[in-house]
Amino acid sequence: MLESIRQIPIDYYVYLSTLLFVIGILGVLIRRNAIIVLMCVELMLNAVNLLLAAFSTYLGDAQGQIMVFFIMVVAAAEAAVGLGILVMIYRNTKSTDISLLDKLRN
Amino acid sequence: MNALIPLIPFLPFAGFLINGLFGKKMSKTAVGIIGSGTLLVSFLLSVACFNQVAASGPIHLSLYNYLTVDSLSVNFAFLIDQLSVWMMLIVTGIGFLIHVYSIGYMHDDEGFWKFFAYLNLFIFSMLLLIMGDNFLMLFFGWEGVGLCSYLLIGFWYTNTEYGKAARKAFIMNRIGDLGLLLGIFLIFKTFGTLNFTELFAQLPAIRLEAGVVTLICILLFVGAMGKSAQIPLYTWLPDAMAGPTPVSALIHAATMVTAGVYLVARCNPLYSLSPDAMHVVAFVGLVTSIFAAVIGLRQNDIKKVLAYSTVSQLGLMFIGLGMGAYASAIFHVTTHAFFKALLFLAAGSVIHGMGGEQDIRNMGGLRKAMPVTFWVFLIGTFAISGFPLLSGFFSKDEIFAYTYAHGGKWWWGFAGLGAFFTAIYMCRLLYVTFFGTFRGTDEQKHHLHESPAVMTIPLVVLAVLSVAGGFLNTPHFMHLGNEQWLAHWFSSVIPMAEMHLPESTEWSLMTFTTTLAVAVIGALYFIYARPGNLPVADAAQGGLTRLIAHKFYVDEIYDFLFVRPVERLSKIFHYYVDIQGIDGIVNGIGSGVQRIGAGFRKLQNGNIEYYLFGMVAGVILIMLKMFLP
Repeated sequence: MLESIRQIPIDYYVYLSTLLFVIGILGVLIRRNAIIVLMCVELMLNAVNLLLAAFSTYLGDAQGQIMVFFIMVVAAAEAAVGLGILVMIYRNTKSTDISLLDKLRN
Repeated sequence: MNALIPLIPFLPFAGFLINGLFGKKMSKTAVGIIGSGTLLVSFLLSVACFNQVAASGPIHLSLYNYLTVDSLSVNFAFLIDQLSVWMMLIVTGIGFLIHVYSIGYMHDDEGFWKFFAYLNLFIFSMLLLIMGDNFLMLFFGWEGVGLCSYLLIGFWYTNTEYGKAARKAFIMNRIGDLGLLLGIFLIFKTFGTLNFTELFAQLPAIRLEAGVVTLICILLFVGAMGKSAQIPLYTWLPDAMAGPTPVSALIHAATMVTAGVYLVARCNPLYSLSPDAMHVVAFVGLVTSIFAAVIGLRQNDIKKVLAYSTVSQLGLMFIGLGMGAYASAIFHVTTHAFFKALLFLAAGSVIHGMGGEQDIRNMGGLRKAMPVTFWVFLIGTFAISGFPLLSGFFSKDEIFAYTYAHGGKWWWGFAGLGAFFTAIYMCRLLYVTFFGTFRGTDEQKHHLHESPAVMTIPLVVLAVLSVAGGFLNTPHFMHLGNEQWLAHWFSSVIPMAEMHLPESTEWSLMTFTTTLAVAVIGALYFIYARPGNLPVADAAQGGLTRLIAHKFYVDEIYDFLFVRPVERLSKIFHYYVDIQGIDGIVNGIGSGVQRIGAGFRKLQNGNIEYYLFGMVAGVILIMLKMFLP
């Protein structure tokens, strides 16, 4: 297992996670649907997770994988809270479009 | 006795506090009694002081240390010597009579209590001015009387013109006060003390540059010019007639305006060291005396005539001072206080009877309707004109004699010219007002009445004083008894002026001026008996009459030379420095912040994507910074 991971050069992991991270950022910036934005945030988190796991394996250090678990917990909590807020927003506005959420302006 | 002396100024001050704080709720009778009663007690105490000074010499009384700074130490102290006790008698005595008169004169005024409060405050300040034993206390009183003068000129403050007159008086006086203040500074710098006694005691011992003493004297005299209305600072006094008539009598004729004369007389040891300063004093006095008298010839407001007469008489006093006849000047202050207070109060009685009318062209024939006022006014006029054996005759003659002895015949001639004009305008005032036929409206004729006893009794008392006042100081060559009494009384404060004239010269000088005065009094009676010679309406005034009636346009000249340039300058400063400069900077900072804020406000548009974009862009920039060389 370890060997098969190490057969793929570390560069590729970095490229992949960068790609995933950029997709996440673009999703957050461009999309207006709140659910998709949340998913893109998850994507960014997981891009980081992937990177951490890859480096951890290459370096033979478990600390990176511990960090991954932390991030997954935080991401789960964040998803729960985020989706909860989203449900409330949907009930009030009948929409999940985040560009409508500018009530605090002025 | 000494313990009671502080009561002399502080009783009127208490009257001021009581009337000023509670007078509004008290009855007019109570206000009047407190106002005049405190002054009566002060007067009686002053009489007691007079007796003590006569018996045992000057009294020094130090209440407390007012101020100690480095080498300057000033006590709140009184110096009651022959000069100050004499002035105290005049101020409290005349002041009391005028207070009593005011009870009648101001009776229908709603500011009655305020009027008495101000008058009492004035008496307090004037007494401090006179009684103080150092220049600082004198200055304190000097400013106090200036304030009261301002308050009382503008007493009917709802009239804009009166308010302007009050401000004019205050500002004119301020110019003089600056001179006085500089003089006091220079005295302290030169002598290291402000105390009169210490200062005069060290004068004979120390050697000084003559220039310094002259400068001190001139600076003090500038102060006196302001307060005593001498050229060029005299224009406030005629305007000060805007105040109620008792104020004109008390402040602007009998007491406050003589403060300048008192100042010079008090500082006579200094002035005697500087002949140049004496010449300046005499010259300014002479010019003022003639100039004001000429203006008085063609004024038609009864109070304005008396005001110019006051300026002219003050000029005469300064001639006396300049000739070294300090005691004579104070003698004239005394008699002038009697007859000018009398004339003003009588004029007030006329105005009261005429229902506020002040133009003599609308009067005439008043002697039948107001007999008491007529007789006392006649006495006042004769006294000021120098009718034989009345008070003005003695005091003016003494100044003329000294002028002849010390200044020569030209000085004497010009001073006499002023007196000649004085007789003319005063007789004109008397005859036009009280003789002939009534020229006012029927309503005024119906209203015309003699004033109540509370007003006429002070008039009669002053008339008696105006008649008898001259016998305080009779000339030595007439052998009337009481010879030179006042001059002897002052001799320890003011050295007797020397006069070496043959008796025959003195007699002929006196005969000349007296004949002239009597001739004027007689001639003008016949001149003004003819209706054709009565003063004409403003529109009909021609040439010289118009020039004099407009006071030689001095006010207009001052307006053009000083007031307008200052106004223009202040407008320039207002616009370019204040509005554009200071306001510009302050407003610029404000609007600059606003403009920057308006720029940043665009960032806060409430759009989440926009914020996120900002965040990502920021992160990218940080990355670039971190990883690019």
